[in-house]
Amino acid sequence: MPFVPHTEDDIREMLATLGAASIEALFDEIPAELRCGALDLPPALKEMAVARLMHARAGQNRPLLCFAGAGAYEHHIPAAVWAVVSRGEFYSAYTPYQAEASQGTLQVLYEYQSMMASLTAMDVSNASLYDGATSLAEAVLMAVRTNRKSHSRRILMPKTVHPFYRRVVETIVGSQALEPIELPYDAKIGRIDPASLELHSGTDIAALVIPQVNFFGILEAVDELTDWASANGAVAIALVNPIALALLKPPGEWGKSGADIACGEGQPLGIPLSGGGPYFGFLCCRKAHLHQLPGRLVGRTVDVDGKPGFTLTLQAREQHIRRGRATSNICTNQGLMVTAATIYMALLGPEGLRRIALQSHQNTLRLMDGLAAIDGVARVFSGPFFHEAVFRTQRPAREIMDGLSERGILGGYPLTRDYPELGEAILVCATETRTQEDIGAYVCEMASLVSHG
Amino acid sequence: MSRLPDDLKYAKTHEWAKPEEDGNVRVGISDYAQEQLGDVVYVELPDVGRRVKAGEACAVVESVKAASDIYSPVSGEIVEVNGALSDAPEAINQNAYAAWLFCVKADDLSELNTLLDAEAYKAGAETD
Amino acid sequence: MLIFDRSRRGRAAYAQLLPETGESPAIPDHLLRKTPPALPEVSELDAVRHYTRLSQQNYSIDTQFYPLGSCTMKYNPKVCHNLASLPGFLNIHPLGLERAGQGILACLYELQEILGEITGMAGVSLACAAGAQGEFAGVAMIRAYHRLRDDLARTEMLVPDAAHGTNPASASMGGFRVREVATDSDGNVDVAALEQAVGPQTAGIMLTNPSTLGVFDQHIQAIADIVHRAGGLLYYDGANLNAIAGKVRPGDMGFDVIHLNLHKTFSTPHGGGGPGAGPVGVNDKLLPFLPLPIVVKDGSRYRMLTETERPHSIGHLVTFAGNIGVLLRAYVYVRMLGYEGLKRVAEFSTLNANYLLKKLIEAGFEPAFPQRRAAHEFIITLKRLAKERHVTALDFAKRLLDYGVHAPTVYFPLLIPECLLIEPTETESKETLDAFAQAMAAILKEAETAPDRLKSAPHSLPVRRLDEVRAARQPDLAYKSE
Repeated sequence: MPFVPHTEDDIREMLATLGAASIEALFDEIPAELRCGALDLPPALKEMAVARLMHARAGQNRPLLCFAGAGAYEHHIPAAVWAVVSRGEFYSAYTPYQAEASQGTLQVLYEYQSMMASLTAMDVSNASLYDGATSLAEAVLMAVRTNRKSHSRRILMPKTVHPFYRRVVETIVGSQALEPIELPYDAKIGRIDPASLELHSGTDIAALVIPQVNFFGILEAVDELTDWASANGAVAIALVNPIALALLKPPGEWGKSGADIACGEGQPLGIPLSGGGPYFGFLCCRKAHLHQLPGRLVGRTVDVDGKPGFTLTLQAREQHIRRGRATSNICTNQGLMVTAATIYMALLGPEGLRRIALQSHQNTLRLMDGLAAIDGVARVFSGPFFHEAVFRTQRPAREIMDGLSERGILGGYPLTRDYPELGEAILVCATETRTQEDIGAYVCEMASLVSHG
Repeated sequence: MSRLPDDLKYAKTHEWAKPEEDGNVRVGISDYAQEQLGDVVYVELPDVGRRVKAGEACAVVESVKAASDIYSPVSGEIVEVNGALSDAPEAINQNAYAAWLFCVKADDLSELNTLLDAEAYKAGAETD
Repeated sequence: MLIFDRSRRGRAAYAQLLPETGESPAIPDHLLRKTPPALPEVSELDAVRHYTRLSQQNYSIDTQFYPLGSCTMKYNPKVCHNLASLPGFLNIHPLGLERAGQGILACLYELQEILGEITGMAGVSLACAAGAQGEFAGVAMIRAYHRLRDDLARTEMLVPDAAHGTNPASASMGGFRVREVATDSDGNVDVAALEQAVGPQTAGIMLTNPSTLGVFDQHIQAIADIVHRAGGLLYYDGANLNAIAGKVRPGDMGFDVIHLNLHKTFSTPHGGGGPGAGPVGVNDKLLPFLPLPIVVKDGSRYRMLTETERPHSIGHLVTFAGNIGVLLRAYVYVRMLGYEGLKRVAEFSTLNANYLLKKLIEAGFEPAFPQRRAAHEFIITLKRLAKERHVTALDFAKRLLDYGVHAPTVYFPLLIPECLLIEPTETESKETLDAFAQAMAAILKEAETAPDRLKSAPHSLPVRRLDEVRAARQPDLAYKSE
């Protein structure tokens, strides 16, 4: 049986040491009526057979040319990233609670924290959370804890925030009497309607979430929004894409005094699409909020000989000490994913990342130009966009998606369910991995689909 | 054995309370409490102006291994907090009775009568 | 040396650097970044060497024995990693799962069924990213259940004082007041105390069995009766499933909702702190509340249930469908085990734990519950040693590192002073256990004759004991270039 090394001799000797007649005897404290009999499970497979099975299953998945974004992005992942991350010393290491035996992981996490703090222009970053949506939920909870001027638990949540993120936040904060208030968007430009924000001026708002870029790919007026939050005593939470930050102004520099908290999805940084997970969420903040930051934190210090080293720190905030009064119930950070992201960022560097952001942006611009030139396809929003955009067709979005799929293309994400007011609209994305031929093929297929409608 | 000044009142939850002439009550944690906590690394203090009830948690003292809630021994309004503790939280370890945390303008000083004197507190702490 | 210290202006991993196109971004200038982020500029070889060397400073299952109680540090099979990493699985976009990921959905569907069978539950959702999320989901489902019955008085969640910290933290996050229940001297929940604690305010109780104390709670049926009669529900923390997998099912013990830790019982990697996965299972009572998505079979096609089909679901806990990569690894593992293999997990983890406990007792260590059988883990207490020699469990743990063994869990559960919680798991051989017992005996001797060696341990690692007070008082959490 797999992975259990014991021989008959081993068993005999061990039972003799215990003075037990059989292994079954070791279960004698469990009431007999609780014992289950044989379970209806598929019979055990040797490695050769399970490999065959999984190759077949992988083969059942159809590799479509990816033009979808909406929270998960296909970027090229350098081979070195997973070659190093897959090393057993990273892969099978535990959480670094025994610091002296985990300096490798701890230093990687410290470097990760440093890179994220710089990317977002914040003072500190934690060592990651589960994914972008949960990091937004934690940011919202953190904002309420840290905003001592506010007594309400009202959060302004723009409709331009990813709909999946909004529903996760509802699930997670719903039981803590927080009140998310939806902010509508300007249907022409595609970003938060400033008039809707004015409605809340002078009222008690705990936090304002500011996405950049927003779900539609449209650039928000981040300076005005951040200043509004500051003027109204609300914590400004930036929800950002890490690759975009190589090109766009980081949250720490928004408005007059910068955002307070920055969070988002780290998947673009060297994490494969993998059907939706595991990814990782990042959470960064200003120094003033450090003690309300959930999740793990790695600090640099010295050992008894004065040698520099790293350790988990400020753990008193966490579940294993604070228990019911913890900042969060989080017990994990996405250690392996963060290790990959750190190596990815080290390999790309500031210029490499900037060029990927720029190329992704330019590819999306070209794609949209090509699509908008087709009779029967139109841009939906007029605002400047970055690396994702929304178009509308006369044919139902469902039919477009099916048609493209038959031609080997994942056409994007149809918005008909989450934003029915936009009509037959599709959110499309072209990263640096899409060549000119890919883009040309998409435009060509679209033209033929639309003309046959 | 931990220090235990006679002129202070103590709560079962290890706070000391010192009534002052102006009707204010100064609050800190006992020597025993700081010993149990270990090296203090951070103190979270309430906002000046906040109203608190007797027994309400309004501050946190954090060490490497624990984060303890501090409960106001009396009801009233926070009129002063010890800002020096943000730069030097270790002051609590050095002298727990000098490193006060906050000062409450008490609504009803008779609430102090429900607190323990040094002897009673010592007896309680020893059975912990 | 940090990666930033290796940085040189103008250096790059050229194979990754896209050509400069010279085009301007067509983005309003005030929205552009003016100073580049402080990421390192290194060659590819520099980066590979740097991170490879860092990995060599870690302890890991691949290199060391890790008897960490409550963590189940069993071997992470390489085949699980290889197969889950096939391009056909890695390259599927989450929004194309139904369209283009039928192979993935087939694996997930079968995993749901298999986990349901193992735990005796009617329905399973794979959508929680970690054990703590699974706990939160469990708590949220209990809350939703009572609310749907219009029973708003149920504001309290019972938690044993020996519980893992995530339990009360999850209960609080779920909006409940936490009420602790005492443990008796046999390591079981104190049934009399429980009778006192239940009432119309009881939403439920969060338990693990075997408990965090490493023993099977023999009163579990009585406990289930008491809580159910009071109108509450039973939540099972699956952290210790390794002890009973294939032998006992939580559903049969009376639990209404469970979570599993795939990174424990089901061998998915710990990765230096994550990712995990925390699937939840429920009986019929709680089926409507399961988090989404759930995979179902429509004829020969697989798809995911929507909100309209499950209007009472507590909702989504992560953006997409869960930690697919982790779920695929667990799927490969359970397909390799089958029923017989699963049973042997419980049998040999229990054999190893009891054997090791016996060896340690023979070496002079004091078990916390000498009258009980160990489940898959056990506790020894060093309180006598601490009193006589001023040597703590932490000192012991640090000295073990010098013997090439990762320390066991220390100071958890909080109830037992100066404790070591030891879980060998079933994938360790008798020789490894014997060597560990010998190392422990040697350290015990040293504690009597030269306690300073323990107090200043470890001696043979890249760093010695770290100044944690300084790390907390003067937080240095990010590199800042001069």
